[in-house]
Order: sequence, then C-alpha cells, then structure tokens
Amino acid sequence: MTEFIQLVLAGTANGCIYGLLALALVLIYRSTHIINFGQGEMAMFSTYICWSFLNAGMGYWVAVPLTLILAFAAGLAVQRILIRPVQSAPELTIVIVTLGLYLFFNSLALWIYSGVPKPFPLPTGVRQASWQVGDIFIVPYHLFIFVVLIVLMLALYVLFQRTKLGLGLRAAAAQPVSSRLVGINVGWMLALGWGIAAAAGALAGILSAPIVQLEPNFMATVLIFSFASATLGGFDSPPGAVVGGIALGNIVALGGRYIEFIGTQLDIVLALVVIVAVLLVRPAGLFGRQAVQRV
Amino acid sequence: MTAILEAKNLRAAYGDRPVIFGIDISVPQGGIVALLGANGAGKTTTLRALLAQTRTWGEITYQGQRINGASTQDLVRMGMVMVPEGRGTFVDFTVEENLRLGAYSRRDSDGIRKDIARVYEYFPVLGQRRNQRAGSMSGGEQQMLAIGRALMARPKLLLLDEPSLGLAPLIVQEIFQILTTINREEGVSMLLVEQDAVRALKVASYAYLLETGRVAMEGPAAQLAGSEDVRRAYLGY
Repeated sequence: MTEFIQLVLAGTANGCIYGLLALALVLIYRSTHIINFGQGEMAMFSTYICWSFLNAGMGYWVAVPLTLILAFAAGLAVQRILIRPVQSAPELTIVIVTLGLYLFFNSLALWIYSGVPKPFPLPTGVRQASWQVGDIFIVPYHLFIFVVLIVLMLALYVLFQRTKLGLGLRAAAAQPVSSRLVGINVGWMLALGWGIAAAAGALAGILSAPIVQLEPNFMATVLIFSFASATLGGFDSPPGAVVGGIALGNIVALGGRYIEFIGTQLDIVLALVVIVAVLLVRPAGLFGRQAVQRV
Repeated sequence: MTAILEAKNLRAAYGDRPVIFGIDISVPQGGIVALLGANGAGKTTTLRALLAQTRTWGEITYQGQRINGASTQDLVRMGMVMVPEGRGTFVDFTVEENLRLGAYSRRDSDGIRKDIARVYEYFPVLGQRRNQRAGSMSGGEQQMLAIGRALMARPKLLLLDEPSLGLAPLIVQEIFQILTTINREEGVSMLLVEQDAVRALKVASYAYLLETGRVAMEGPAAQLAGSEDVRRAYLGY
C-alpha cells in the first residue's frame, strides 16, 4: 500500500506536467482546430531561455515570470506571423507548418545550447529532502507542481469565465462569424489564445526540467503523453486536459510498476494504448462534447 | 430627410466572384427600408458589404461620414449592427452571456446592466431564461435574442437579415411589432432584408427590389406593394 501511494504521488506530479502541456494543445485546438505539433519544442526552448536567465544569475522567481511573459509574446508572434497566413489553408498545410515549428525550435536549441544535458535547479524555497509522513515520503517539489497547477487553473477559470476578455476569447473560439458581428477582433483573440498556450507550455517545460534534466529532446516524450492526456480528457475541454494528464500520469506510474513487461522503458506504449482505447470507446474523451451534426 | 446610410455604386465580391454590381441605396434617419428579392439576388451580401464583411467597392456614407475601409468592429462601435440570418446565436453561452457579447464594443458597465434589463422588458421570455444555454431555446426565442443582442450595442442602424425565417406566423408578428416599437420609440433606423415581402412592405417606408446584384426597381413601399407588375414579377402572389 505504501508503494502504491508513493507511485500515485509521483504519477500525479508527472501527470500535472502532461496536463499542463495538454492544456496548451487544447487551448489552441479548440479555438483554431489546429494541433500544434511544435508545442512541446516551443516549451523546451522557453525552458532553455529560463535556464539562461538562471545561469546569468537571475533569481528563480524573477526568471520564471519573465520567461512566461516572453513565451506568451513568442506564441502570439508565431500565430500572427506563421499561422495566420495559412489559417484557411487545408489541414495538411497547417500540420506541416507546426511540424516545421517542431524542427525549427529543436534545431535552434541544439545549435545554441548543444545536446549536453543541463541540470535545472529547484525553485528557490523548495527543499530537496522529502517529508516523511508515516511510511510515506512526500517530495516537496511534487507538491509544488500540484499547487502551481491548481493556481494556474484558478487563474484561467477567472480569466475565461469572469472577465470580458475571457468572454471574447471563448466566443471567438466557438463562433468566429458571430463574434465579428458583435465587434470582437477575432484575429487577435486567436493570437492571444496562442500566447496563453505558449506560456502554459513553457510552464510545463520549466516544471519538468528539474526532474529530468534539460536537453533539446526532453519535451518530445512529454508531448506524446500530453497528446494522450488531451485525448483522454477531450480535446475541446481545458479542465479535461488537466484531469486527463493527472490520470495518465498515474496510469503510467502504476502500469510501469504492476504490469510486468512494461517497466519504465515501455511506458510510452501505455500512452498509445490510452489513445487507441479512448478513440475506440469514447472518441470525444471524458469531458469533451460529442460533435453533433444536423443532417 | 437626411440619410443615416447612403451607398453609391456599391459593389461586392466573394473572393473573385462578384455578387453585387453597383447598387445605390439610402436609408433615411429613423426610417425603415426594405431590401427585397429572390434567393441569390444579393440581399445578404449587400448587408455584409455594408458591414465590411466582404470585399467591397463604392462609396458608403454613414451619418455623413465616409466609412470605406472601416472595420466591422469600428462600424459596430459606431452603431451599425447586424442581426444575421440564422440568428448567429452563441449556442453554448447563456442568454445573458449572449447579451453581454452584444455589448462587447462598449465599456460602460452601468449602461450595459441597464440595457440588459431593458432587453428583458422587450422580451420577457429572455429574462426568464437568462441562465439557460441559448442554443436550447426555440427559433423564435433565438430570434428575439438576436435582436436583443443587437440592441445591446446601442445601434443607430440595424441591418436585419430575414428575421422571420423559419418562424411561426404568430411569432413573426410579435417580432415585427417589437421591431416597429424599437424604431418608433428609440429612433433606430433599419435596413430590412426579408423574404416575406408583404410584411416587409407593411413596416417599411421605402423599398428596393434586387435582382442578381442590381436594383431592379425601387420606390415608396406603399407604391411597390400596390403595383401589379411588382407583385406578379417579384413578390409571388
């Protein structure tokens, strides 16, 4: 039982990271119906930017917000410069552009920072040593990740549900034509969505880096897990993405331990199994809305 | 009477396909003008062109000001508001959120609150359903919501696209009653696109008949309604 709880705690922490990146995917998908294959690499590159700030002597609590602001601006710029011109092009074109983003940021990171893994520090104020509660060890950083995710979800909830900007963002995503007619600048709303997604992705990278070390491919696996998370939760549901992420983190942690042949090497297979299973049984995901079409 | 809206030699195209071939229309301040014609005559396109939703050429003057090149957003802020065909309901949003969206171009939150209350006075059913998902309402209720949403922008000119489409006659009558009330009491001018020509000619003071992107005939509504030729050729009764 102790081991089980231990696995759930670690799985949840990892799951929060999958959920965050899944959230980024979902925010873009539901407003523009684009799957951004470059999301993970944009997050990876943002994490390198943050590492550079830290390396230059900046404090964690300055470097991280600064990075998130830059990631937001970069996401906005990517949408305005690269995505907007192909917005109405066939889906394949858009997929190729986002794959281009993947390659671009991956190569850029390799070129600037080399492939040598870089250690990434824990946040200032979060201690390394675990707390022991009975037989169970709680890693403070895991708790930190969980709290950050909760705070972010609350902030996004307030933004989307309680502000006028959020109303505009949701409206532009759901019904662009009607939104234009009430005077919403739909183009900018979509760009803002990309900015928010890029910042959420960057946060996923920054939170993940202390656990796995920073190298140019460190978000590639996370991206696959986050695809599975978004599929599980429903590609049009932001809360679903996060719940899906946490669920998947636990599936991977527990599956790796209790299903003998999986171990830690085959855990990505679990993600693919989840994707296939969800698509077979409930294609819209746990929280997604089944697309209904009147014929 | 001065015109709130005047379009001269208005042309419009979707992509490379021209749809409107140079029409002149004018809406007097505080008046209701009907835009009639068969399917595909270019009525909806004319409204969309006026609101900068298509590629548009020609000279458009609104409240004495040239508005060529203004964006839809600017025009909505200036009080030119469309009630789109098919109602444009934000289906997954509540009735009240729909009204708030209608006021998106405004910043006066007190005024917005008062105007929501006013819309609920015009359409009590919307008040009863304020927290209901708008997409779950009937067609008539959604049409009322579409008009209410347009009112939230404090319009000076309403561009109404087929407000009677697909509705039961009693509901149509109710909606037209409210539209004339709004026109009379608040001085909102209206450009009305309508399939139901008889009804449109009853409320309008002037009318244009469009035929494949051109004005085929125009005149005071009463005169068009009384003309045998018009009736036989265009109004189908």
